[in-house]
Amino acid sequence: MKIQEDARYAKSDEWARAEGGVATVGVSDYAQQKLGDVVFVGEISVGATVKAGEILTSVESVKAASDIYSPVSGKVVAVNHEVIAKPELINADPYGAGWLAKIELSAPEELNTLMSAPDYAEYRKE
Amino acid sequence: MTLYEKSVAGRSAFSFGFEEDLAGVEERVPEYAQAPMKQLPQVSELDLVRHFTSLASKNYGVDTGFYPLGSCTMKYNPKINERMAADPRLTGRHPLDSAADNQGILQMEFELKESLQEITGMDDFTLQPACGAHGELTGMLIIHAYMQDHDPKRTKVLIPDSAHGTNPASATMAGFQTVTIPSNERGSVDMDALDKLMDDTVAGIMLTNPNTVGLFEENSTQIAELVHARGGLLYYDGANLNALMGLVRPGDLGFDVVHLNLHKTFSTPHGGGGPGAAPVGVKKFLADYLPTPVVVYRDGAYVLDSDRPHTIGRMSAFYGNTAVLARAYVYIQMMGRDGLLAASHAAVINANYVKALLSPYYPPAYDRPVMHETVLSAKGYDKYGVTLLDIAKRLMDYGFHPPTIYFPHFPPYAEEVMMVEPTESESKETMDAFCDALIKISREAKENPELLLSAPHNTVVTRVNETYAARHLVTSHRDKQGT
Repeated sequence: MKIQEDARYAKSDEWARAEGGVATVGVSDYAQQKLGDVVFVGEISVGATVKAGEILTSVESVKAASDIYSPVSGKVVAVNHEVIAKPELINADPYGAGWLAKIELSAPEELNTLMSAPDYAEYRKE
Repeated sequence: MTLYEKSVAGRSAFSFGFEEDLAGVEERVPEYAQAPMKQLPQVSELDLVRHFTSLASKNYGVDTGFYPLGSCTMKYNPKINERMAADPRLTGRHPLDSAADNQGILQMEFELKESLQEITGMDDFTLQPACGAHGELTGMLIIHAYMQDHDPKRTKVLIPDSAHGTNPASATMAGFQTVTIPSNERGSVDMDALDKLMDDTVAGIMLTNPNTVGLFEENSTQIAELVHARGGLLYYDGANLNALMGLVRPGDLGFDVVHLNLHKTFSTPHGGGGPGAAPVGVKKFLADYLPTPVVVYRDGAYVLDSDRPHTIGRMSAFYGNTAVLARAYVYIQMMGRDGLLAASHAAVINANYVKALLSPYYPPAYDRPVMHETVLSAKGYDKYGVTLLDIAKRLMDYGFHPPTIYFPHFPPYAEEVMMVEPTESESKETMDAFCDALIKISREAKENPELLLSAPHNTVVTRVNETYAARHLVTSHRDKQGT
């Protein structure tokens, strides 16, 4: 299981990496392994406001359809259209090309409630 | 090979006997109307018969063999249902005939309603909804309309994390926001979480009992008391009522609205896209909200009552899926009170029997007696390099339809679990053979995993590349030709 050192993690296995008030979010390597081959990523609307813990989008794999929860609160300012067109990017590169959205943080202090990389590694230790 | 690929220009399965009169038809019929005709495959009657007979022989259904698809309740559909539903006295009626002329159908629907009321402990029913999720939507629209009239600030609905995906979808379609309640380690609703979430913005809770992991919701009474005390309503998803007939009535447990899947519990055909039927029952204080018309008995006749001032409106045309309702009516009449009770007993005993035989090889997700279905785990087989999918594929080589796999979801992911629902229809011999096959596969996984990884071997279509199929959708023979 790969862990991105500079990201923070939700219990539901999404990651967020903040830079200047905007967080890039996606699902963790653990999540993509559990999901199996991802075959569909639902649309995400630029401009939508989301709250931490609320549904950001859903993904479908050959096993199941799963909701993806936003790890942070704020406004969606960018969406990775490439991952919607090529869902396999989530499996190939969950922390890089497989990112889902960029969210302008309305409550940056929420990042502190997410797990650090070492804590997440411990949390998902098999 | 599709029928289109078997087509030979000019070959025909029929003759009008007046072909010479058709000379010049191409000039008289506009081009746009001719196009679809020209695309039809041209085959002889024998080609056609062989094509469909061959397809039918490749199909697998409840009439072919064991079909333990958990959560779906693939029980036997008695043939007498079909015979009665095909009776010309039923099929020959038209829904636009007057109620006076359709007394037979209305009487059947009224008596079906009365039976369902007795079985569930509810006060009134609509027979209109045409499938399970449609029934959920009907029920949630009723709760929504009631809350709009009485307490419009209640805009949320609580749904356990183990619920079918249709529950949140139906509540959302009806205009609610949904909030997930976590399950506790026993697979039941977490009462502390419910206590925190159940406030004056919550319209109600949707519960399935037995729940989606096949367990009796042991806190059902406390949940009803808590939700009612705080002004909410209780919705019962009847997907699993086949475990409770004659044993427990949702109405007595405090539920205000229920839907039933006639295509599960009451032995009407299931799968293949329907048609289904999901009558919705309500307590008296909600009867005014039912979709209209409702069949009632008044002054010696069965009539369609549209005088429901708060009705949510129609949910389907005419009387709903009448021929499906007829099958359920026949089943209930045939089984009677004792028969339905015996069916539920058998469904529960069968599931626990399978669980007991398979537990040493596939440990149950929860260590407590189950109701009509059981969730078993294939965790640990990954050390032999095989997954649950491979086990399920191998089961097909033994002639069984695989159980439901990767469901229910233990959020947030589909774990290596399978859900087995034998239903009451199956004999001990059939269940023994099924369990033997799974036990053999367990051994094969250790000794010869390649056998599983390349399965199925004995089926018409062997292992398909599901990922490729999902990413490169071909939904028509035209798409196929195009690629």
